[in-house]
Amino acid sequence: MSEQTSQHETEWPLWEVFIRARGGLDHRHCGSLRAPDSEMALMNARDAYTRRGEGHSIWVVKATNIVASNPDDKGSFYDPADDKVYRHPSFYQLPDEVDHM
Amino acid sequence: MTSATEEARFQAHIDAEGKIEPKDWMPEAYRKSLVRQISQHAHSEYVGMLPESNWLRRAPTLRRKAALMAKIQDEAGHGLYLYSAAETLGTSRDEMYRDLLSGKAKYSSIFNYPTLTWADIGAVGWLVDGAAITNQVPLCRCSYGPYARAMVRVCKEESFHQRQGFQIMLGMAHGSPQQKAMAQDALNRWWWPSIAMFGPPDGESKHSAQSMAWKIKRHSNDELRQRFIDMTIPQADFLGLRIPDDDLKFNEETGHYDIGPIDWDDFWAVVNGEGQCNTDRLAARQKAHDEGAWVREAATAYAAKRAARKAAERIAAE
Ligand SMILES: [Fe+2]
Ligand SMILES: [Fe+2]
Repeated sequence: MSEQTSQHETEWPLWEVFIRARGGLDHRHCGSLRAPDSEMALMNARDAYTRRGEGHSIWVVKATNIVASNPDDKGSFYDPADDKVYRHPSFYQLPDEVDHM
Repeated sequence: MTSATEEARFQAHIDAEGKIEPKDWMPEAYRKSLVRQISQHAHSEYVGMLPESNWLRRAPTLRRKAALMAKIQDEAGHGLYLYSAAETLGTSRDEMYRDLLSGKAKYSSIFNYPTLTWADIGAVGWLVDGAAITNQVPLCRCSYGPYARAMVRVCKEESFHQRQGFQIMLGMAHGSPQQKAMAQDALNRWWWPSIAMFGPPDGESKHSAQSMAWKIKRHSNDELRQRFIDMTIPQADFLGLRIPDDDLKFNEETGHYDIGPIDWDDFWAVVNGEGQCNTDRLAARQKAHDEGAWVREAATAYAAKRAARKAAERIAAE
């Protein structure tokens, strides 16, 4: 058991990988990998996730540095936006004469 | 909320083609099934490199060698995508790896057959990757998000694998009589194991019904098997090779090919460790793990050294 724990402690940190496919696009999450530090994470990300020109810009972020919302809040966390229909263009009726706006 | 209501809500979400993400509530059994399925799949990608690497240094041309190398690298990548997907369920990579090496975890039995000649590399790409693709394409729509996304990447890369295999078969089937005989021999040995890759018949498949309800399996074993057979037989005809099955015939009524009986005793024997290569495969993985230890240690030491140097520079600059 103690051997098991020590093995877990030496497991390399997890990195999330984001790739920009082309100039002008957002970086997009494409997967994750384990690596001992940021530089090696970048190199591994290049080798694993861009073998066919999938992108020319890579971000790696240590998974523990990501702050995520809680899926259980699905309703309440977002409901401030739910009753604001006037934020959508479809809320505004235009006269037939003005059809493109 | 009681767990029964949670579970009902979970199932309704899946019934409506909703996806489950790592932090979402899920039944323990769903998590367990997925870990088993995804890690088994990851192990298969990883062990699957071995039969092909057997011919890497004996590939007949540099171009064939480069293509095979690229394919094997892809399989390593597939292993990584899948281990990562399984890790999102709370199982560590080390744990999964330990289960593979101890023999506790299974991988696809197909990789316990030997690759005897170069033609086997053609047959493996054409049939084994072909069967794998048939299995994997529907999984791009499975209910667990990280698994589905990993499958999308895998499937994109797989089509090249099958084509490079088919091209090897094409070259040999249309080559000298000896080459054609080698291609036929490879087909003879790989046909039935490839058909068996889809798993036991629907009536005998242990986890099938629940997995289908959870949409971590989208079609039954027999359905996928039939799909693969119908696709592959015209390709064999085109190669001018004979499928090793005397009972094989096209069924005008169903529009599908009917095949002869599958030797499930052989299948189970290989699953249970009696295949020609079971021992070799695990020994090779164990050896790679042991001999790679110093690389992992060196990388860790290098990272620590670099971090210490950076910290010292920061202090000096202050
Ligand atoms: Fe693969
Ligand atoms: Fe493949």
